[in-house]
Amino acid sequence: MEQEYVVLTEAQKKAQRSRSMGIALVLVALVVIFYVATITVFGPEILSRPM
Amino acid sequence: MALVDKHVFDEPGFHVSEATPADYFALLKPRVMSLVIFTAFVGMVTAPVALNPFQVVIAVLAIAVGAGASGALNMWYDADIDRVMSRTAGRPVATGRIQPGEALVFGIVLSAFSVVTLGLLANWLSAALLAFTIFFYAVVYTMWLKRSTPQNIVIGGAAGAFPPIIGWAAATGSVAIEPLIMFLIIFLWTPPHFWALALFKSDDYGRVGVPMMPNVAGHASTRRQIFAYTAVVALVGILPWVIGQASIVYGVVAALLGLGFVRSAWKVLRMADDDVVMRPAKALFAYSLLYLFAIFAALLVDSGVARLVGALGA
Repeated sequence: MEQEYVVLTEAQKKAQRSRSMGIALVLVALVVIFYVATITVFGPEILSRPM
Repeated sequence: MALVDKHVFDEPGFHVSEATPADYFALLKPRVMSLVIFTAFVGMVTAPVALNPFQVVIAVLAIAVGAGASGALNMWYDADIDRVMSRTAGRPVATGRIQPGEALVFGIVLSAFSVVTLGLLANWLSAALLAFTIFFYAVVYTMWLKRSTPQNIVIGGAAGAFPPIIGWAAATGSVAIEPLIMFLIIFLWTPPHFWALALFKSDDYGRVGVPMMPNVAGHASTRRQIFAYTAVVALVGILPWVIGQASIVYGVVAALLGLGFVRSAWKVLRMADDDVVMRPAKALFAYSLLYLFAIFAALLVDSGVARLVGALGA
């Protein structure tokens, strides 16, 4: 299939960068939230299990 | 640069987004969300159980995101009329900054995510109530009632009234009379709040054919109905004291706030038919926001003081 590049305008590039940053920040926040929530909900014993 | 198939970007609908995170945040209706956050928080922390602060934050966040998701679904469906109305013409889907399909996917993903998160980290009763609230707002209110009956915001107001019940259910795993009264306060508050707005924005609603009460029943009938609902909500606002959930101090504060609400509604009732500025309606709209925040703040403070006194006495 024939493929070509779309040249993004400055406004489109800026918006794309800010969306990427937004998604990254949300993902980091979710990791922190689910990590802390898991310990909060299940208690610290979740960390002490037989190896 | 972005690599795409040529046949895709040659199509007339091809679009490279210029939407920013702020546009996506606007899809969540942040002002409505602030009310949801506050009332859900009050519903949760006034429940008679010990709560982990982190779990409160997570539950309120999940409820807020669920409410925001229903806002995004509302903007996806209503883009055609939002574009025409002055109050909503700047919304991201109406202006084209976000495509309708993007708003739809955003709303669906956030709905599913918020419900599952609340279910896993709080309980499934609160998650089911949140799912029902999203369905009620997006489908029952937005897709069905809004364009078909002047009772749209009366029945649809239930969606905005659910957050304290969800908050209480997230804390306790059950539903009781106390959150049902909080539900009733918001439910009965919604008609005077929205009809005050609809009075001075009736041209907007008329242009897009949304059958708001002033456009269907006329201004005089709407003003009477506003007064009737306001009188009832002023009484219902005192119920938390009557059933023993809150102290007499709350009862007095709620009564005074209710009197102010009724006084404001009375001015709207007495408004002249040819009043085009409608200052009393604008004042009632502003007061109604203050009333709801203040009455839930009074419940919150009252509950906090009762807990403190209980802890000191123990």
